[in-house]
Amino acid sequence: MKVLIPSALRSYTERGETEARGATLAALLVDLERQYPGIRFRMVDEQDRIRRHIRIFVNGEQARELEQPLGGNDEVIIVQALSGG
Amino acid sequence: MARKAGKATAHMGRTGTRVRRTLVLVATRKGAWLYHGDAARKTWRADGPHFLGHNVSHLVLDPRDGKTLLAAAKTGHLGPTIFRSTDLGKSWKEAARPPAFAKSADGKEGRSVDHTFWLAPGRAQDRDVWYAGTSPQGLFRSPDGGVTWGPYSIVNDDPQFREWMGTVQDGTPDGPKLHSIIVDPRDGRHLYIAMSGGGVHESTDGGRTWNTLIKGLDVVEGFGFDPAKPTFHDPHCVRLCPSNPDRLYQQNHCGIYRLDRPSDTWVRIGKSMPKEIGDIGFPMVVHPRDPDTAWVFPMDGTQVWPRTSPGGKPAAYVTRNGGKTWQRLDAGLPKSQAWWTVKRQCMAADACDPLALYVGNSGGELWTGREEGKRWSCIAQHLPEIYAVETAQL
Repeated sequence: MKVLIPSALRSYTERGETEARGATLAALLVDLERQYPGIRFRMVDEQDRIRRHIRIFVNGEQARELEQPLGGNDEVIIVQALSGG
Repeated sequence: MARKAGKATAHMGRTGTRVRRTLVLVATRKGAWLYHGDAARKTWRADGPHFLGHNVSHLVLDPRDGKTLLAAAKTGHLGPTIFRSTDLGKSWKEAARPPAFAKSADGKEGRSVDHTFWLAPGRAQDRDVWYAGTSPQGLFRSPDGGVTWGPYSIVNDDPQFREWMGTVQDGTPDGPKLHSIIVDPRDGRHLYIAMSGGGVHESTDGGRTWNTLIKGLDVVEGFGFDPAKPTFHDPHCVRLCPSNPDRLYQQNHCGIYRLDRPSDTWVRIGKSMPKEIGDIGFPMVVHPRDPDTAWVFPMDGTQVWPRTSPGGKPAAYVTRNGGKTWQRLDAGLPKSQAWWTVKRQCMAADACDPLALYVGNSGGELWTGREEGKRWSCIAQHLPEIYAVETAQL
């Protein structure tokens, strides 16, 4: 499925849009990590919590749990949220 | 951190001694810079920014190979990591496994590393070994030059240590920290660590067991805090003298101290500082060849703790006799209306003879104190808030 990548993470992907697979958000992030080593830990901490200033939207709705199911045609948008000056 | 011992010449000697140039490594809230000095340390070439926009907590050159750099970095949005360069910053590669706490058991609230705060290379003979201290307090080790990191010793998960560490509200404003990781140059199993808060600790068996080292240290008065409990201790910066590894100095939240082993009782040497200046501050620097000489950069610790240069007049203070007396070093520094804050990693010395000091402030200025701090001049202005200053000899 299509995944939109924020500018802060394009040092890994070198583009703003990529493709990844997974039946859940957790699986999708594993696939992103496989393709772009290091990218997952910048978004998700060692306790599997989405980091404070990262937001992930699935078809326009904010995902709060990594176990959220995904469909093959879903669109995932990763956003760098406001973090001050 | 054990600094590289030995004398470095600042210019070509008549016998053809190789020129050793000084490199000053500056970590800031918005990136990192390398300042390359000429042989006389009079002019400086800026190399940077590296990682513009990243919060870089510490930037250290491996003294064992003279070319590997480690940078502890995160951004406002992204999680923490370590970047490595093996060509003095021409190119960087991210650590394959940055410091991270163990995943907690299901149903338990686990900790996550907010940022790596302190990087310390191992001994000369323990090539490729590095240690890292994090916020919140965690101790990590890399066996491979900073490529992969894992939790080290019992510190991170031991219930007693966790109690001493407290919560994120018990530490420094931008998060409680584990810092001042010191490896005894004579024995790689002999380690010191410090925690803000959480006190100073020593291991003689490679981190398997630890002893607290807080005797003699004062705690904040007026609240009934028990000085026997590490929780109430806030060491800001601990340094070991390379020329006498049995001597340590410490700038603490509650004064300046010296410890001569095997004693386990710190002596408050800051009592001999001028009363109007006090003995509060963050960094502490020791002389690479003289264990009686050390420097501090005092901050205002009165009333609401401004943590700025007392009276708006920045100055370093040096002791030449192990803390019996102190002399003010402010020639060339602003004489008034200079409200500097100098953080605990923001003062360093090079290894030349005579050595120079380097100070970075929260206003983004980098200064050098030539002739061991006697004459100060500004190297750089208008940088982001400076988090750390280190030196290396190339």
